[in-house]
Amino acid sequence: MTADREQPLLSVEDLTVTFPTKRGPVRAVDSLSFTVHRGQTLGIVGESGSGKSVTSLAVMGLHTGAEVTGSIALDGRELTGLPERELGRLRGRRMAMIFQDPLSSLHPYYTVGEQIAEHHRVHFGSRRAAARKRAVEMLGEVGIPEPARRVGEYPHQFSGGMRQRVMIAMALACEPELLIADEPTTALDVTVQAQILELIARLQEERGLAVVMITHDLGVVARVARDVLVMYGGRAAEQAPVDALFAGPAHPYTRGLLDSLPRLDDTDDAPLRAIPGSPPSLLTPSPGCAFAPRCPRAAAASTDEQGRCEGTRPELVPSNGHLVACHLSLHTAAHARGGTR
Amino acid sequence: MTATAEPLLSVRDVTMTFPGRRGRSAPVRAVDGVSFHVAAGETLGLVGESGCGKSTTGRMIVRLLEPTAGSVTYDGRDISHLRQRELKPLRRELQMVFQDPHSSLNPRQTVARIIADPLLVQGSSAAEARKRAVELMELVGLIPEHIDRYPHEFSGGQAQRIGIARSLATGPRLIVADEPVSALDVSVQAQIVNLMERLQRELGLAYLFIAHDLSVVKRVCDRVAVMYLGRIVEVGDKGTVYGSPAHPYTRALLSAVPLPDPAAERTRERITLLGDPPSPAAPPPGCTFHPRCPKAQEICRSEAPLLRIASAGEAREVACHFPEAA
Repeated sequence: MTADREQPLLSVEDLTVTFPTKRGPVRAVDSLSFTVHRGQTLGIVGESGSGKSVTSLAVMGLHTGAEVTGSIALDGRELTGLPERELGRLRGRRMAMIFQDPLSSLHPYYTVGEQIAEHHRVHFGSRRAAARKRAVEMLGEVGIPEPARRVGEYPHQFSGGMRQRVMIAMALACEPELLIADEPTTALDVTVQAQILELIARLQEERGLAVVMITHDLGVVARVARDVLVMYGGRAAEQAPVDALFAGPAHPYTRGLLDSLPRLDDTDDAPLRAIPGSPPSLLTPSPGCAFAPRCPRAAAASTDEQGRCEGTRPELVPSNGHLVACHLSLHTAAHARGGTR
Repeated sequence: MTATAEPLLSVRDVTMTFPGRRGRSAPVRAVDGVSFHVAAGETLGLVGESGCGKSTTGRMIVRLLEPTAGSVTYDGRDISHLRQRELKPLRRELQMVFQDPHSSLNPRQTVARIIADPLLVQGSSAAEARKRAVELMELVGLIPEHIDRYPHEFSGGQAQRIGIARSLATGPRLIVADEPVSALDVSVQAQIVNLMERLQRELGLAYLFIAHDLSVVKRVCDRVAVMYLGRIVEVGDKGTVYGSPAHPYTRALLSAVPLPDPAAERTRERITLLGDPPSPAAPPPGCTFHPRCPKAQEICRSEAPLLRIASAGEAREVACHFPEAA
């Protein structure tokens, strides 16, 4: 997506994740490819069931019981098929993850210091005192006041924003190169969200972290991401650099999402242009484009074209610096009309 | 939209104190002297962060909670301390829509039963109630043939339509909507916002729209009240409050919202507040916002500012010793 010559830190190719269920196999992620470079942020946007969280868990090797195919390479090293012992050595050490709800990701019985220190002891074999010292340093680095005192406190003694800081401290204690953040600010108040996004940006700059930011919030993506991957029904709908995506989305779903958002910078009170229907169920995938039943362009298209949208899965193809999976891409239409939109 | 004579709803100095557990925790004043009004047919947005008391305020208005002090006047009548039996006729007029559509619908009842229930409670016959349920399903954009299905057979957006249909069954004039779209997917939120706006136009409803999402509230409301730690810090016309916020908290809140516009995000000035909202169990003295306020002075630490009109002729009140000039 970007013209960087250096090898990407994370390179995912043709990732497919299938869960066995009573009602047959469910393909939660289907043929997904993306790369993330050091020091950069990829935003993955999608709604419930889009596969965005499943993707991140697959990268971390945290899917037990699912069939994961394709390739996930961290700094050139293939992760799929690695035995759990090997993966365990990479997790926390070279790649780490933070989640939406820090309270349920922290152990209630251990102090935050013990939980941060544990990583250090496991990965570096540090002694207790050294690991504890490291925990205090990390708490200070993520902006927790009086770290030397608070290191001995339990998760319930921290506020929501402070708990997310603890999670970040834990994730970054062993200096990983890749941070996956799955809706890290969704459970937080907006003023606290701003603090956490700033913290992640600062740590990223200081450490050259590659960040994958998974979110449903297009505002968060606009604030932090350099490149964006829009997912729908387990597949990539569109991929583009952030400015290009917001300025001229190629996929009708991306366009629809942007149009349906109420915005603080709106100047009129015209009704929102809602997308009809609901996100698709993965239990009954369509043979064609997953968005076709809700797509305004498919609805307005000729019967032939509609048949193609409903019957044939669109490939992800380059278009004006975007990658788009759509038979009726907005870019093609713009060229045909000679316009820009 | 302006209040002519008596507003439909007036809330005066309402306070809600939850008792602490004996010997273990102090009482919590979740709402502390809140006053506002809602005129017939208008939408008042009530915004604030978690724990600010906005939901408690909503629950006092529909009398799921009884205020500890102050009064709630609906259509000229003080309803703050009515007994259950006296409340029943009032429930026709005052309804509520909840955040999580699935957990606010009984999973063992069909849609017919859910929507018709308020009518049966109010004394309609079963046949009448069912007929009305069909009409209501059409009104909110549900397929009437689905009337005998159960809530789990509907998506989140459809379930919220059921909740809205139920709230409309008795022909209310005021609906308290507590975070009605925040549990929904982004692409579905707009459908529900548009539906609520259409119903307001067609039925002349008034809304108290409670939400933490400032963009959604800006879209739906005529006026907006901003709450912080149990108190209203700023209230006024939407254009005035959003266009030139006077309270430092409102300013910080608005500047913290990420805009879906990468270019604007790069150049925008943000006011980042320090720390988290304090616990309502131990509110700071003076202005409760002072520990996080970039403009706090000595007086802010000792004296709580009153909600008042800061500049003459302005359609806005603000509770701040040093409000921003418009």
